Amino acid sequence: MTATKKTSPGKGKKPSQAVVVDDFVVEFRKYKTELNRKFLERKPWVPKDERMVVSFIPGTVTSVFVTEGQHVEEGKELMILEAMKMKNRIYADRSGVVKKINVSIGERVPKSKVMFEMDLD
Amino acid sequence: MASKEKMSELQKRREQIQLGGGEIAIQKQVAMGKMTARERIIQILDDGTFNEYDLFVEHDARDFGMEGKVLHGDGVVTGTGTIGGKPVCIFAQDFTVAGGSLGSMHARKITKIMDHSLKMRMPLIGINDSGGARIQEGVNSLAGYGEIFFRNTLASGVIPQISVILGPCAGGAVYSPALTDFVFVVDNISKMFITGPEVIKTVLGEDISMEELGGARVHSEMTGNAHFFAESEAECFDQIKTLLNYIPWSNSCIPVKKPVKMPLEDFDINEIVPSDKSLPYDVRDVIRAVSDNSEFLEVQELWAANIVIGFGRIDGITVGYVANQPKVLAGVLDVDSSDKSARFIRYCDAFNIPIVTLVDLPGYLPGVDQEHAGVIRHGAKLLYAYSEATVPKITVILRKAYGGGYIAMNSRHLRADFVFAWPDAEVAVMGPEGAANIIFRKEIAAAEDPDKIRKEKVAEYIEKFANPYVAAAKGFIDSVIEPQETRRSLIHALEVSSNKEIGIPRKKHGIPPF
Repeated sequence: MTATKKTSPGKGKKPSQAVVVDDFVVEFRKYKTELNRKFLERKPWVPKDERMVVSFIPGTVTSVFVTEGQHVEEGKELMILEAMKMKNRIYADRSGVVKKINVSIGERVPKSKVMFEMDLD
Repeated sequence: MASKEKMSELQKRREQIQLGGGEIAIQKQVAMGKMTARERIIQILDDGTFNEYDLFVEHDARDFGMEGKVLHGDGVVTGTGTIGGKPVCIFAQDFTVAGGSLGSMHARKITKIMDHSLKMRMPLIGINDSGGARIQEGVNSLAGYGEIFFRNTLASGVIPQISVILGPCAGGAVYSPALTDFVFVVDNISKMFITGPEVIKTVLGEDISMEELGGARVHSEMTGNAHFFAESEAECFDQIKTLLNYIPWSNSCIPVKKPVKMPLEDFDINEIVPSDKSLPYDVRDVIRAVSDNSEFLEVQELWAANIVIGFGRIDGITVGYVANQPKVLAGVLDVDSSDKSARFIRYCDAFNIPIVTLVDLPGYLPGVDQEHAGVIRHGAKLLYAYSEATVPKITVILRKAYGGGYIAMNSRHLRADFVFAWPDAEVAVMGPEGAANIIFRKEIAAAEDPDKIRKEKVAEYIEKFANPYVAAAKGFIDSVIEPQETRRSLIHALEVSSNKEIGIPRKKHGIPPF
């Protein structure tokens, strides 16, 4: 969508971002309208990549049980991610070879970090 | 009569306690740009009407050195007074006393005034300015919160409950405002969150300021937790008084009828809505064009602005407006706008306020984020709220009313009492472009020039179906009216439905899609 007008971040009672477009499509018709901050900040959906083991919560890596190049079966315990006083066991969703390990013991990882990269069977 | 000594002792005690946390603490409060608890109460109430309760209450904590400490009023001021000559209950947490922290006696003062307001059927105004639970009092403090939440729930839909956030309101404490009807916030002063920036940083490593996490603007624009946003405490108090002007004192009475005023001439109802369905306009101008003196008190103005809700008067009678806003996101329904309007409809229904719905929407917001956020469940709230409401329900279809959106926006099928439509209205199963693409798919695909055929078929569909008369022929629309007849039609509808009474099947309560 093409922005035709941008107002500065909100002061006072104005919305903090307001972008006006003339091609906002709902059911095949284009509308001229304002887009609000929440709409502009929404996250686009990306399909899940099964080769990546991603942190579901921010936390600290306390154990890693596999090494790069190792073949693991589905359900194999890969590591422990401690978060909110809970030791979360991270398992392999699919069988395959651990291609790359991007975390080390003691490391604090944010949410959605790719911790393991796998070559799936 | 009491002796002079006794009188002066009372005087002395009062003065001492009314100083709250003392001069230094008051100076700190002022330096933060905040008023003291008593100043706030006095500013909200009519002059000289504040009657304080429980001034002499003291805390009963016996651990961690608390036994020797004096906390004046235990950090909260409670009482009654009047607003516009009518009685209200009010409490204000006093940040100058132990940071407004909530201990068991503090909570007991609040629950006492809450019980009073419910028993006497008058509004409750709670001013929150507190660091949270008083840790030294342990589980007693939690018990206090629980007692407050329970009473908030019990009083919900019986008396108006107003929460004013004028300082921090953190942790469990935020659930009291969340259970009340209207939450007022002030820029740079209000802060609400379940877990604060420090905890978030320690546990999650995310660095965020209090303001960005749970400031007034965030709750007014992003979360929808706040209903009224002000730039100063004084403005906030004016907003509270304006709101109370519109709503009844309890669910057993109706809002006071005010003298009739004509809408201002600045709002020409014939000139507001463009005939081109793709062009935006501000639906609040239509509201102003039909409302007494063109006055409209918008609720949750900054959040989910694709739907507009708020109070106005028609012929002196308070109504609740629900209107699609083509100016923002083309006026689509989505998760937030459904939540926003559904709750407002239930508010109006609980407090005997007729609902006027203005319809102009293209449909639901498309997107994975919407579907995954549960737009089905949230959208259903709107259907539920309208269907369940037994107050007078009046609908005006201004322009587009397609598909599921048409049904959801207080259609005849959800037992609207009156449905009016303007001549430009398009009431159809979907927009002409979409419908033509489906109905004439084969013809369009087989044509030498598909675009040409598509255009012809769209035009054909518009000619046949994109009008209010197909729905009017079925009686789904009662009357097609000129825009300038709108106010008159609304007045008539309100008159006719003033004694409305309908039954619902006997039940304990329904199961709305919370």
